[in-house]
Amino acid sequence: MSNDVVVAGVGMHPWGKWGRSFVEYGVHAARAALTDAAVDWRDVDLVVGGETVRNGYGGYVAGATFAQALGWNGARVATSYAACATGAQALDTARARILAGMCDVALVVGADTTPKGFLAPNAGERWDDPDWLRFRLLGMTNPAYFALYARRRMDLYGATQEDFAQVKVKNARHGLSNPYARYRKEVSAADVLGSAVVSDPLHLLDICATSDGAAAVVLTSVEHARKLGLADPVRVRAISTVTPTFPNTVLDMPNLSTDSSAVAGAPERTFKESIAHAAYEEAGIGPEDVGLAEVYDLSTALELDWIEDLGLCRRGEAETLLRAGDTTIGGRIPVNPSGGLACFGEAVPAQALAQVCEVTWQLRGQAAGRQVEGARVGITANQGLFGHGSSVLLSR
Amino acid sequence: MTATPAIEGWFTTGAQPALVGTRCTTCTTVFFPPTAGAGFCRNPACGGEAFEDVELSRHGVIWSYTDAQYQPPPPYVPRAPYEPFALAAVELPEGLVVLGQVADGYGVDDLRVGAEAELVVETLYTDDQGDHTIWRWKPVVEMGAEADG
Repeated sequence: MSNDVVVAGVGMHPWGKWGRSFVEYGVHAARAALTDAAVDWRDVDLVVGGETVRNGYGGYVAGATFAQALGWNGARVATSYAACATGAQALDTARARILAGMCDVALVVGADTTPKGFLAPNAGERWDDPDWLRFRLLGMTNPAYFALYARRRMDLYGATQEDFAQVKVKNARHGLSNPYARYRKEVSAADVLGSAVVSDPLHLLDICATSDGAAAVVLTSVEHARKLGLADPVRVRAISTVTPTFPNTVLDMPNLSTDSSAVAGAPERTFKESIAHAAYEEAGIGPEDVGLAEVYDLSTALELDWIEDLGLCRRGEAETLLRAGDTTIGGRIPVNPSGGLACFGEAVPAQALAQVCEVTWQLRGQAAGRQVEGARVGITANQGLFGHGSSVLLSR
Repeated sequence: MTATPAIEGWFTTGAQPALVGTRCTTCTTVFFPPTAGAGFCRNPACGGEAFEDVELSRHGVIWSYTDAQYQPPPPYVPRAPYEPFALAAVELPEGLVVLGQVADGYGVDDLRVGAEAELVVETLYTDDQGDHTIWRWKPVVEMGAEADG
């Protein structure tokens, strides 16, 4: 039995620093997705919102907030929080209800309004909260974690800061004509290397910004898609939202330590490897079938980690792909054809859905100015705080 | 003025300071910080609920390292004026990696993945109650290491 569901419509609000309510962005994206699907909002029977912790009461009850703003229509409602994987978890909730036969049309929405600068923990003293303690005791910011991973690539695999800069150069070029991208400007390696070092070895332009933005997806059952007259639609083949397997031996944000492998033994796969592995297993699709990838480039160096975590090359070989142009549009396996977080900046609860929007446009052949020719299978990947991560596999 | 740990019960002080972990008495898995698990063993194969404090090894191998060129946001308490500091993640013989700031006077140029580091305790910040101390990683430079480099 197929566990596929159909992406009937996708929509986004442009990323930026707009300073308005996340609700406005979310409704804009939702209406765009409904228009794309040619579905009337009143026919949606489930709405799932991606929670945004920075935006108060409305953000914590995102599903209902979007439903009310769209006009109460009696739909079932759910709200998801999974840090950077929020959108995928929301999508998975919608898929489950569709596959159970309890829903025909679901609308999934994620939107955020972000503060300027470093993402900091919520106010108040919380001596039992690792996300508070890492700032209090160590001054350990998010970029510092990205920098640890980047440094390991340099010391273990011979990556250079020039390689990291070239990831930015590539992604900046990819995003040039993406109407939803916040930054649409060529960047040179010299620009990256000339920008301030934030956390050695990463420069300011190696690290993604935080942005306002919104993305929405309309999901339907395969059967309902036929009723809507959708021919050869993009299908969701797998959604992986696995948690780590003990012992988690790679230091994860916001933790101060890893699990010990002394008793349980090192796991077969790292957490990030297991996220992709679960998606491939669920879909019965392998990395060799993938035509493009949208991965979470919180830093330039992290994109290189993801390429290996997704099995697109062996460990330590991502720089070789990069230098050969394999990950550029027109290359063997384009990575972040949207421009990635480098061009968007992160809007946490929207970002995993934005990846799905981009892959959908790519597989439909609608990614004007950044189209990966002939792509039939696309994969997304991200990881966030507290053991959250996701990967979505889509195909025509 | 007195010196007190910036967090209670996570490390010992004195001439040979050490991190204080907690060991499950059922499966012997070690955890740090000692509050990890809140009384329940996190090894999914173990139902243990009894723990004992254990001092972790004072030496380990650098897993990776970086620094903080910009002042971190609160609740970090910076020195005034702000001075950038290095950070290291160090893998201990107990099979876990523990983050820490790097000892005063050392920067990223003194560190590399795979090199040895030793635990020290230094002042994190000072307020009207005195010095507040924290564990830090200090690179171990053997005599003649430069020649081997």
